[in-house]
Amino acid sequence: MEQPAVMNKKRVQTGSTTRAFAKPHVIEEWVGKVYTALCILVLVITIGAIVYFVSSRGLATFFVDGVSLGGLLGGLKWEPEGDIPLYGALPFIFGSFSTSVLAALMAAPLGMCAAVFMTQIMPGFGKKVLQPVIELLAGIPSVVFGFVGLSVVVPVLRAIFPGQGIGIAAGSIVLSLMILPTITTIATDALAALPRGLKEGSFALGATRWQTIYRIVLPTTLPSLLTGVVLGMSRAFGEALAVQMVIGNSPHIPHSLFESASTLTSAITLDMGNTVMGSTHNNALWSLALILLSMTFVFVFVVRFLERRNKR
Amino acid sequence: MHQEGLSAKNLRVFYGEKEAIKGVSLDFAPREVTALIGPSGCGKSTFLRSLNRMNDTIDGVRTTGEIWMDGENINDPGVDVVLLRQKIGMVWQRPNPFHKSIYENIAFGPRYHGVRNKKELDAIVEDCLRKAALWDETKDRLHQSALALSGGQQQRLCIARSIAVKPKVILMDEPASALDPVSTAKVEELISELKQEYSIVIVTHNMHQAARVSDKTAFFYMGKVVEYDVTDKIFTNPSEKATDDYISGRFG
Repeated sequence: MEQPAVMNKKRVQTGSTTRAFAKPHVIEEWVGKVYTALCILVLVITIGAIVYFVSSRGLATFFVDGVSLGGLLGGLKWEPEGDIPLYGALPFIFGSFSTSVLAALMAAPLGMCAAVFMTQIMPGFGKKVLQPVIELLAGIPSVVFGFVGLSVVVPVLRAIFPGQGIGIAAGSIVLSLMILPTITTIATDALAALPRGLKEGSFALGATRWQTIYRIVLPTTLPSLLTGVVLGMSRAFGEALAVQMVIGNSPHIPHSLFESASTLTSAITLDMGNTVMGSTHNNALWSLALILLSMTFVFVFVVRFLERRNKR
Repeated sequence: MHQEGLSAKNLRVFYGEKEAIKGVSLDFAPREVTALIGPSGCGKSTFLRSLNRMNDTIDGVRTTGEIWMDGENINDPGVDVVLLRQKIGMVWQRPNPFHKSIYENIAFGPRYHGVRNKKELDAIVEDCLRKAALWDETKDRLHQSALALSGGQQQRLCIARSIAVKPKVILMDEPASALDPVSTAKVEELISELKQEYSIVIVTHNMHQAARVSDKTAFFYMGKVVEYDVTDKIFTNPSEKATDDYISGRFG
């Protein structure tokens, strides 16, 4: 079968003879292949360029400017404009991790329970009304979340807890709202994709709906549920604006959840405009970006790992 | 009405407005295998699923009529479907083992019905696997995932799982149609074994299978039972022409 096809192709291309079974799709095939290959090439080049640029700048801090890696990752003081410049990014790293982990801890149970309700308890209403509403939440711009955080969450926290209301708590509450749709949507899809037979198998053994959800539905879909949580966390980790508006942005590790703190993203956005390209301060900000980028890779790998586990 | 069997009286099932089962009355005696045969869409699976109220889990399905078991009408809103389904087990066309170990698949049901003692559970697991002729193949890997078993083994595991909660009746919806001939033979053998203790209702598209395993056969057509009789009679000398046409392959 292979042989004549190849021969046809040659004939058509050389144009020496016309044949009844000549392949008219050669050009179409070729255009398709080249076009899709170009698209993927653009993507690969973009990603490669970003990784290269961020790493070259970010690593220059250590190799050109002589800041020690340990000093950046472990240093507690961030004073780039001081008499003796200090580039300790630990407060930012701490801020980023604590806000995104707390946000995930708050959003995960909420999102999973919402997904259980939408798929197991009231599937009709859930699919028609609740799911679109939650997806709408995903489309709200982050500045709106930040604004709501600033005008609602912060005053409420200020009224209840000591302090100004700004800080890790406010940041993670705003973030948890932002990542709620991600977690809920992925959990809903995972639960809805669960084969009907598994649930019925459990019902047929005399298990109640709750026993079925708790013992069969949730454990079976756990890897997918965790994928949603990790994706939500990675979104929270990379979010700059909304957090920046409510966290206070002081480069210290706070003593409580209600004290001003800062994150990697807010440090970058706030400082980037005030530095000169190529200066140590500027390079140090790129190092923060490199940390963010590396964390994104870690999140992607975790998601991949969970997906592979899910297939087994 | 049987004292200790299962019997449906004038059962009707509606999908929305559409009447899928149009008044079916059938008696299932204990320790007997009843085959439900008929062309696709004739309602035999729907009827089967209504016997353990599995259709309750589907939106828009309404079931009227009576299903009697142990002197009680179990098609009554006041009946606890959870207790009912413990008495009426079910096996599907596609094996649906839980994503757990072989042991946990069997222990799942009994645990929920109050068996907590490890020794007792071990005994139940062994007993059920033996009854399902699966013990020798699995005794060394009880704690490995049930998903690693072959399709035929998975199906026998699902049967073992269903008898672990000590049902009286087992409903089987084309239990062997997704299996190869060897596995099919094993499942059929198993059905003949289980007949000693349970009453079995089996939906099948395989006429030979119905003839081999069942004592009684009901021929469904268009949501009604056209003929219900001893299997031998249905397959050798049916009273209705439609039955004859169907089993001899003239339609369906």
